[in-house]
Amino acid sequence: MSKHRKKSYSLFDPALVNTALRQSFVKLNPQLMVKNPVMFTVEIGCFVMLLVVLYTAFTGDRSQGSLGYNLAVFIILLLTLLFANFAEAIAEARGKAQADSLRKTRQDTPAKLLTMLDGRIENQIELVSSSRLQLNDRFVCEAGDTIPMDGEIMEGIATIDESAITGESAPVIREAGGDKSSVTGGTKVLSDRIIVRVTTQPGETFLDKMISLVEGANRQKTPNEIALTILLASFTIVFIIVCVTLKPFADYAQTPVTIAAFISLFVCLIPTTIGGLLSAIGIAGMDRALRANVIAKSGKAVETAGDVDTLLLDKTGTITIGNRKATNFYAMDGVDEKTFIKIAALSSLADDTPEGKSIIELAGQIGVNMRREAEMEFIGFTAETRSSGVNLSDGTQIRKGAEDSIRSKVERAGNQFPKSVQNRVKSIAENGGTPLVVAANNTIKGVIELQDIIKPGMQDRFERLRKMGVKTVMVTGDNPLTAKYIANKAGVDDFIAEAKPEDKMNYIRQEQNKGKLVAMMGDGTNDAPALAQADVGVAMNSGTQAAKEAGNMVDLDNDPTKLIEVVEIGKQLLITRGTLTTFSIANDVAKYFAIVPALFIASIPSLQGLNIMNLKSPESAILSAIIFNAIIIPILIPLALRGVAYKPIGASALLRRNLLIYGMGGIIVPFIGIKLIDLLIGLFI
Amino acid sequence: MNKEILGVLLTFGFSLLIAIPLGKTIARWLNGEKTIWNFMAPLERFIYKVCGINPAEEMTWQQHMKALLTINLIWFVYAFVLLISQGSLLLNPDGNPSQSPDLAFNTAISFLVNCNLQHYSGESGLTYLTQVFVIAFLQFVSAATGIAAVFVLFKALRDKVTDHLGNYWVFFTQSITRILLPISLVIATLLAFNGTPTSFEGKDSYLSLQGDTVQVARGPAAGMIAIKHLGTNGGGWFGVNSAHPLENPNYFTNTVELIAQVIVPIALVFAFGFYLKRRKLSTVIFAVMTLGFLSLLLPAMVSELGGNPAIEKLGIAQTTGAMEGKEQRFGPAISSYWSIVTTIISTGSVNSMHDSSMPLSGAMLLLGMMTNAFYGGCGVGILNFFIYLIIAVFISGLMVGRTPEFLGRKIEAREMKIASMIAILHPLLILAGTALSSWVLVHHPEADWAVKPGNWLNNPGAHGFSEMLYEYTSAAANNGSGFEGLGDNNLFWNISTGFVLILSRFLPIIGPIAIAGLLAKKKYIPESAGTLRSDSYTFGLMIFAVIVILAALAFFPALTLGPLAEYFSI
Repeated sequence: MSKHRKKSYSLFDPALVNTALRQSFVKLNPQLMVKNPVMFTVEIGCFVMLLVVLYTAFTGDRSQGSLGYNLAVFIILLLTLLFANFAEAIAEARGKAQADSLRKTRQDTPAKLLTMLDGRIENQIELVSSSRLQLNDRFVCEAGDTIPMDGEIMEGIATIDESAITGESAPVIREAGGDKSSVTGGTKVLSDRIIVRVTTQPGETFLDKMISLVEGANRQKTPNEIALTILLASFTIVFIIVCVTLKPFADYAQTPVTIAAFISLFVCLIPTTIGGLLSAIGIAGMDRALRANVIAKSGKAVETAGDVDTLLLDKTGTITIGNRKATNFYAMDGVDEKTFIKIAALSSLADDTPEGKSIIELAGQIGVNMRREAEMEFIGFTAETRSSGVNLSDGTQIRKGAEDSIRSKVERAGNQFPKSVQNRVKSIAENGGTPLVVAANNTIKGVIELQDIIKPGMQDRFERLRKMGVKTVMVTGDNPLTAKYIANKAGVDDFIAEAKPEDKMNYIRQEQNKGKLVAMMGDGTNDAPALAQADVGVAMNSGTQAAKEAGNMVDLDNDPTKLIEVVEIGKQLLITRGTLTTFSIANDVAKYFAIVPALFIASIPSLQGLNIMNLKSPESAILSAIIFNAIIIPILIPLALRGVAYKPIGASALLRRNLLIYGMGGIIVPFIGIKLIDLLIGLFI
Repeated sequence: MNKEILGVLLTFGFSLLIAIPLGKTIARWLNGEKTIWNFMAPLERFIYKVCGINPAEEMTWQQHMKALLTINLIWFVYAFVLLISQGSLLLNPDGNPSQSPDLAFNTAISFLVNCNLQHYSGESGLTYLTQVFVIAFLQFVSAATGIAAVFVLFKALRDKVTDHLGNYWVFFTQSITRILLPISLVIATLLAFNGTPTSFEGKDSYLSLQGDTVQVARGPAAGMIAIKHLGTNGGGWFGVNSAHPLENPNYFTNTVELIAQVIVPIALVFAFGFYLKRRKLSTVIFAVMTLGFLSLLLPAMVSELGGNPAIEKLGIAQTTGAMEGKEQRFGPAISSYWSIVTTIISTGSVNSMHDSSMPLSGAMLLLGMMTNAFYGGCGVGILNFFIYLIIAVFISGLMVGRTPEFLGRKIEAREMKIASMIAILHPLLILAGTALSSWVLVHHPEADWAVKPGNWLNNPGAHGFSEMLYEYTSAAANNGSGFEGLGDNNLFWNISTGFVLILSRFLPIIGPIAIAGLLAKKKYIPESAGTLRSDSYTFGLMIFAVIVILAALAFFPALTLGPLAEYFSI
């Protein structure tokens, strides 16, 4: 499961910071700014302050406050904008750097293009640059070639080194037809020769799509982001109303209020903290997905993942370690245990399946080592006999296979299928194991038990998921009895036994009809409809093109447990957004207490009673509030990029925890922060 | 003093004792179960028949709102016409004149929307005909309008994946026949036996000890005073409302009127839980509302019982607390309890003059109307609360990493848009209104209106500001109480508050119903461990925080210039 990750960037890599700093200024462009209503209003305020500064500087009129004070307010507002832009820019830069490191794998490489004539493939090879490859072109790759473009193998089989993409050094086999026919640009063919059809237009690979998502050009707001923006916009409107109506109120109270004070109050009250960090949080979520080697086709997919109710997991590779392993030899009564193990090992000598190998391995551990001999005649597994084995030179016929196949064989020969074996077979099956019955010369010698090995730590993960309210469903081809046992042992909530592709599909539909969101992972063409039906479909990169098209994420590592990681990334994204919103809004309490007394204290001195922070002067109170408002943005950038720690402790407990940290914290922190800044300012003026 | 506080506690206790079983009964009747009200069924069937209503017809939320708005428009025209012509109609023994069009506009709207902002005095501004057939009539139907609307919400939140939300006319009719009419009868009887007049005769007179002839207005008042409280209307028969010795003769009637105004709003909160079979949710909502109620009540009560610091500075002992503007027969404890109750629920009847309350109490009264969701008016209290609840659901959903959902339905952009608009509306109307009047007052003090803007205010400075702020807050909260001391019977105030009234009544009904209607049609998602339970106290705290930050904080600058400035000055 542990794969090495792409080169990861420290939060503030100097190169990225440079780019981000430049971008912070570029993003001041009102046309870009208007997409973020909260910060756009700050920009307007900032512009107005610029006019006030110019007016004060050139006319010498001090009715709006001293030049220095107005200049200070202007600069702080400008910084607020730049900080917010920087947050977005650094998130983009990190995402882009991540994507670039993936994209590097697909530098221009020579492609051996098969020329086509009237739709017929000529067997002529033309060397072209990979960038000239078009959809449906075919090219040849031989041992040592780097695959120039994503595609599907049309002919041949090859071993491929995919470490450039997945970080996994063991080569994989890809072949035409079947579920493992996909190759990725930038990977290397180690042996053999394949003909590959190009499956994507240049510039439209999943990676390209992801990069454009991160860069913001195509970043569409997710439904959840839209709803939040509406809420934030409405907060902003409320505070516009508060600030605009304050003018006639102040006139009535015969209190002159400076423009700087109005704008400061407004900027402090509107949720600039979350407004400034919102897009950074979204981009950082995509970036975290990319860091986990998952390419999301949209931001929505990542978010939906956080919302998933039901997770369909393939047993093999996700819940259990690959394949079944032999765990026990049970000799029949009257058969010597050593002898039986020998027979069992002999039967598996030529068996190349992982199960067969594990039998040899287990026998070896017990001290029984058998070797191939020239006179041995190995009988392979066929669908007809459903058993395999060996004929020894002395004529002994050893066969192993499933209970029913061996039973019929033995009974046909007129021998008994002993009751004790029958019981053993049953008890193994009940314990989730797979029994293999071994016979020599048509008499039963004993039973080999194969067991699924559940990956370590899976129980804990499922428990975490359960606490998040995510139901886990194991999908397996096993019979219901075995499936049930493994499901219980691994701690999944439900299982689909003897699963056919359409079973998955039906299960997904069923859950969706109950109003649930379903996530699944798949690779085969068979899986494509289910991947498309699922709310979150993660296709393995090794899977077929159809599967990759159908899903809304692609996992470059082909790691079936990735689904769980994706869910956690999605949740973290939503939580980060929610907690920072709460923090931002809760900050208003302290800001009110800083600014409102400052506005009126000159004309109503008794309002000193409201100045509970005991700030030095009205000017320093206002400056402290907007300085706090500005610097809280960069202070929170690391949190926005890393995401808020996610604890699977159940919704109500999580709400309590986050409300305490970010709600209460959001109320208390600015009181302390503003007071400290006020003390600092007091040193200078 | 202790006896006074005991009186407050008993009053609240009795209110719950009546409201909770009433809530249960309402839920049972909505469920179609047999209740004690079933004897009203023949009368209801008769009404349906006469009005051509098919009680089995199910309406969508849009049809409900269409019905609601249409019938309200008809009532408005009816009331307006009667008010401008009342002087020449029947039942006018005292020969009171017809209302001016702007006053009639304000009065008709104000009673239609359950606000009862009275820019006139009942003794001289209305006739018995309009008192009974306009005022008392509207007090019944406006309360029933709110209750019927909240029933639509109940149904929408209970039934899954449907747009069949019951029949508006049935909800409306039953609200009157089963809640308002029978309970009003009981209250009216109690009041009548304690001295509230019920006669159709004109003014009486007596010779005072000084030898002056004093005219005493009367009329068939007991019935109207009953529905004025039960229906959270608040518009009194007499000008000084329930401070008047005939409108509220003694401590007992005071208690009856206090209980009468809270039972329907509280009963509806419990009915919600019983009907949806989510009693814990009801309890949490009730707890949040009560927490809000107490955090307004305690400062008010403490400052009223403590007396006026300005008088204290003169060295005068105030053993009875602050008695300015209060009735001897009630005292400061129950009077401050009344004033908070009447402002958090949208009654707006008064038994003491709010203008004379201590500044801190004044701030609490304003806050009660600014939040407008602690118990709240008949039906509309829950609708207002629902908006805050939706916003709280949204934010807390994000905080636990799930797309927010309430009772198994997802809250998405559309619902948020509606909730946000309604949440903005209230501060907008109040602040914009007050800003407008401040502007007019400062810049056009000599304008040629019935009352010159320069003469609007009885008090200068912060208190005067509070008078204007209070008037718009009362209008926007559909409350109807007045800070008084404001010259409000003129074109400016009649028209401007009239529009505030319409907007703040119907949009906050349509908004929540629309959200509920949209939710009802959505897929139902069964709860899981990851679902944020809306019936937890943590979530309750979240709603409370949303109310405080969204509703209360927006008014902080305004309150600073009004009651808070005054509080810190004396």
